[in-house]
Amino acid sequence: MSAPTVSPSASAQTSPAPARKPGSAPLRWLRRNAVVLAGAASLVYLLLPNAVVMLFSFNKPAGRFNYEWRTFSTDAWTDPCGVADMCGSLALSLQIGLLATVFATAFGTFAAFALARYRFRGKGTGNALIFLPMAMPEVVMGASLGTLFLNTRVAFGFVTILIAHIMFCLSFVVVAVKARVMSMDPRLEEAARDLYAGPVQTFLRVTLPLAAPGIAAGAMLSFALSFDDFIITQFNAGPSTVTFPVFVWGAAQRGVPVQVNVIGTAMFLIAVAIVLGGRIASGRRRRQA
Amino acid sequence: MSAPAVPASAGAPPPSGPEPHGSGSSGPSDGAVAGAAARPRRRLTPYWLLLPAGLWLAVFFVAPFFYQASTSVQSGSLEEGFRVTWDFTNYTDALATYAPHFLRSFLYAASATVLCLLIGYPLAYMIAFRAGRWRGLLLVMVIAPFFTSFLIRTLAWKTILSDAGPVVGVLKSVHILDVTSQLGLTGDERLLATPLAVVCGLTYNFLPFMILPLYSSLERIDLSLHEAARDLYAKPATVFRKVTFPLSLPGVVAGTLLTFIPASGDYINAQLLGSPNTQMVGNAIQKQFLNVLDYPAAAAMSFILMAIILIVVSVYMRKAGTEELV
Repeated sequence: MSAPTVSPSASAQTSPAPARKPGSAPLRWLRRNAVVLAGAASLVYLLLPNAVVMLFSFNKPAGRFNYEWRTFSTDAWTDPCGVADMCGSLALSLQIGLLATVFATAFGTFAAFALARYRFRGKGTGNALIFLPMAMPEVVMGASLGTLFLNTRVAFGFVTILIAHIMFCLSFVVVAVKARVMSMDPRLEEAARDLYAGPVQTFLRVTLPLAAPGIAAGAMLSFALSFDDFIITQFNAGPSTVTFPVFVWGAAQRGVPVQVNVIGTAMFLIAVAIVLGGRIASGRRRRQA
Repeated sequence: MSAPAVPASAGAPPPSGPEPHGSGSSGPSDGAVAGAAARPRRRLTPYWLLLPAGLWLAVFFVAPFFYQASTSVQSGSLEEGFRVTWDFTNYTDALATYAPHFLRSFLYAASATVLCLLIGYPLAYMIAFRAGRWRGLLLVMVIAPFFTSFLIRTLAWKTILSDAGPVVGVLKSVHILDVTSQLGLTGDERLLATPLAVVCGLTYNFLPFMILPLYSSLERIDLSLHEAARDLYAKPATVFRKVTFPLSLPGVVAGTLLTFIPASGDYINAQLLGSPNTQMVGNAIQKQFLNVLDYPAAAAMSFILMAIILIVVSVYMRKAGTEELV
């Protein structure tokens, strides 16, 4: 686990104790590092379920539920799609996640530029409209959107899920991109214009590359949100459109196959690899620069 | 500012078009013509940029609330159809039938929020001030749980808290379960299907939403303020109470809101880790909407939930006194 690797290094960097306290050395050490120990405990609490999911992906449960450890087995890893409908639901979730990300990122980026770069009548309303979906419990949003579709007799299915996902991803993209755009130095674009770059050239060669990290963060966030959403999806999915979280929810009632843990573990490892790879790459680039 | 649609970041009105800076001699008439042509277009630019997102949210976020408002005062049945009768019994019925659900929602969400603050603050503090070069890695580890579907992670708590599991074993052997079962928080032999399990799940699920805003406000604190406080003979506890904590208040407010609001509407933890006696409002809304198909009741309940959240949040924000937050 992380705890033992963290505390010694962190304690080594602490500034020398400002005042000598009475008490033995171990007690003093404990007092000085209480925050680190508490933080490490929180981290364990945060990561324990992931460890359990990973461990139980190698389980061979006795019944239909995978809650108790029996014997080690790699059956689920060698046959991840052995459960009926699971990989289909995974494909549906990926499809919806990608589409929702594309739309939400595009619309959200436009809106972020409008809110970060311009002064206009109705800006406050625009900001409030963007902020509100993030301050609303999912069950309220899901039920009200479902009510809209019921009243307008729109059939629940792929399209209604996609509409819902774009809706709740938008705000997060706007927040991510807006923060980035606001922190950009406007003088860089002025410099580009001074050097005779046209508006299109300035945008493509200066503005867009500068805003890219924010846009990428917004896109990743909206894919993660869409892929993992259950509550709003449940209120706006038809009986035949089963996304991966909806599948897991149903499985929790009927019996959870080990393959669910395999997917959970694989997703976790892939995402961590991407994030760490990105960090290492950007660190190397910074060192070269 | 004269033109309302100039970029807010640029102090002076920017040159419109290719005209270079400070070239007053190059025919002012050209610039004026170009400016006049560009100005109406520029004034509309932010609206065009905002249009797709704004329209999407207006149609699929704002409009649904009007449909829901009208649905909440309808009566009838699924077979005969629902009609608007301005029947407010949906609201009174919901409150009468589901008062315990509302109460539990807010108790559980409030407990989870307090626990998130207690568990999350040390971790955020450690990452901000004591992690050194491990900071980036630790932040990744805070976000890492998100990468596994949260339903799967919540199911993992069933294993961790199971009756034969280590947690129940330890708590039983030190007789903590005896105490908590007397308080009605757990059973005397088990954790699953008890209020404590639901609160534990809620705390776990929303902990990163507490840690990240806490971290971002702690990280911004100027460390020389700590030094100054120590130079003035403040004890570590005093430094925290008088300097660190007050400066982290924006993060505390943001984190508690980001935890409390979704937790009060959650029904997944109550369903997977709780029992029929630990059901929250979310469970009731979900059941009415998806199983009973009593849409007016579901609509009325989600309106009540929204109203209570708005009241709680606005009172809280006033008490916390951070207007600059949003």
